Amino acid sequence: MKKIKFSPRGTISATLIIILTIIFIFPFYWIITGAFKPQNVTVQIPPQWFPKNPTLSNFAELAKNPLAQWTFNSFFIAFSTMIVVCLVATMAGYVLAKKRFPGRNLIFWSLIIAMALPKQVIMIPLFTILSKFGWINSYAGLIFPAAAWPFGVFLMKQFSQGVPGELLEAAKIDGCNELRIFWSIVVPLVKPGIGALAIFTFINSWNDYFMQLIVIRSNNKFTLPLGVALMQQEFTTNYGAIMAGAALASLPMIIIFIVFQNYFTQGITMGAVKG
Amino acid sequence: MHNPESVQINVRAKRKFSKLDKKEWLYAYLFLAPMLILFAIFVVFPMFKGIYISFFDYSLRNFKFTGLANYKALLHDEIFIKSLVNTLLIVLGTAPIVVILSLFISLNIYKKPAGVRSFFRGVFYLPTVSSIVSITVVWGWILHPNYGILNYLTSKLGMEPRGWLGDPKTALLCIIGILITLSVGQPIILYVASLGNVPASYLEAAEIDGATPWQVFTKITWPLLMPTTLYIVIITTINSFQCFSIIQLLTSGGPAFSTETIMYLVYERAFTLNKFGAASAAGVILAIIIMIISIVQYKFFGNEVDY
Repeated sequence: MKKIKFSPRGTISATLIIILTIIFIFPFYWIITGAFKPQNVTVQIPPQWFPKNPTLSNFAELAKNPLAQWTFNSFFIAFSTMIVVCLVATMAGYVLAKKRFPGRNLIFWSLIIAMALPKQVIMIPLFTILSKFGWINSYAGLIFPAAAWPFGVFLMKQFSQGVPGELLEAAKIDGCNELRIFWSIVVPLVKPGIGALAIFTFINSWNDYFMQLIVIRSNNKFTLPLGVALMQQEFTTNYGAIMAGAALASLPMIIIFIVFQNYFTQGITMGAVKG
Repeated sequence: MHNPESVQINVRAKRKFSKLDKKEWLYAYLFLAPMLILFAIFVVFPMFKGIYISFFDYSLRNFKFTGLANYKALLHDEIFIKSLVNTLLIVLGTAPIVVILSLFISLNIYKKPAGVRSFFRGVFYLPTVSSIVSITVVWGWILHPNYGILNYLTSKLGMEPRGWLGDPKTALLCIIGILITLSVGQPIILYVASLGNVPASYLEAAEIDGATPWQVFTKITWPLLMPTTLYIVIITTINSFQCFSIIQLLTSGGPAFSTETIMYLVYERAFTLNKFGAASAAGVILAIIIMIISIVQYKFFGNEVDY
């Protein structure tokens, strides 16, 4: 390794990076420490940089809400969306990458263009459709519209492109039917793609505050982000309790991210490559 | 699309639309069907329906065709104009800074050992991935005029305390700032990957020829990064246009509509005022603007992109 040189340019860059790192990390630090500060401490000036008398009272306050139910809802919705998206997008992506058939380009480009569309135009009719299906205030109302978003197809097409055509031909000659080819050859080969897509979908679904806000109505169907937003309205400046909620709502995502960081990197980079 | 190989395949396919080909097509459509059905019901149909109802006086009681009346009313609607300006300010404030910031960070971390690199990539991606609501509410606390730590810190520097989110002069800036922290994660991952793909031989050759680091950057690195930059600019633009959670949770469009955006206006008018037709018209106008901007960006950067 090269010796570290202390050039003026390098020093300025390093300082800036450190400042940026602090700005990006600080909100998390403030959430976690805030969650353990007694209410009167959270509003005191000068602030306590580190909780001197850590307390669990904020979590007790929080537990007056159906917290377990909200956590379950968030996990259930994110998990189901993940399963539906991975299945549907892998099938579609494989076919778009590996098969030639009439209408292929039309379908592919419609999906691409739709990704650039702002959700504002579709949300009112989408809401009406969901009411007609009786899906307002239901899990399905969040799961299926999320699965209709074409990003996953695009990503899985990129990954399927790498499946060798000869392998598929050989399997066909050996008399494998299409379903078997897909399940025993394609799926194992595009597993890294499915992994990346699964994590993306999980996190996007967990964080899709806007859709949750318009679809979910009753307290027992709330997700954790909705719960935190509600607490912010109810408690206004009871920051201890709000931070306890914020910590609970973001912790699962942070853990998932840290564990699967490589999948993320791969998924993001593959999704950006032109198809 | 028109490489010789695929043409050959097409010719072969045209020669014999055998039963085998048709069976192959059938399977292709079957595999696509679940996606296409969802896409048709939840994306395509709502899109056309959204355009359709924008020509109607549509509320809980009414459904009457009024032609372009909604659009005309919007053009004379000061709040709409203001929210359009705010939306554009958010996009113009966010996209360039996201590009500069993420490029700066990536250039500084991509040559570092893998562990250091993933640490920084993680730090800057964390806000994007952890709950947006959580990050937003903690910023609400940090920026609070009486209990927030920012005013405490600025007072140490001898500045007067401010109502950051309550002051029309600073509220939009705060929104942009928070949005930036939520937006640089993905661009950094992309830039780090692209920088890793820049052939080392190019850089070495330039160095041997006596190019300064700045010359190497402007003449080699930046042009090679163009496709990535284009992609980043487009996704950041689209995301910034749709910025909603931060505004809904922190300012509800206020004070004095200084943070009202089209996205928030559509939400407000549709779901609290039940003016579905007028809200749709606002959404359609925004969609058209996004489309135009995406095309312009594509043309502008596309010319310099060498595929």
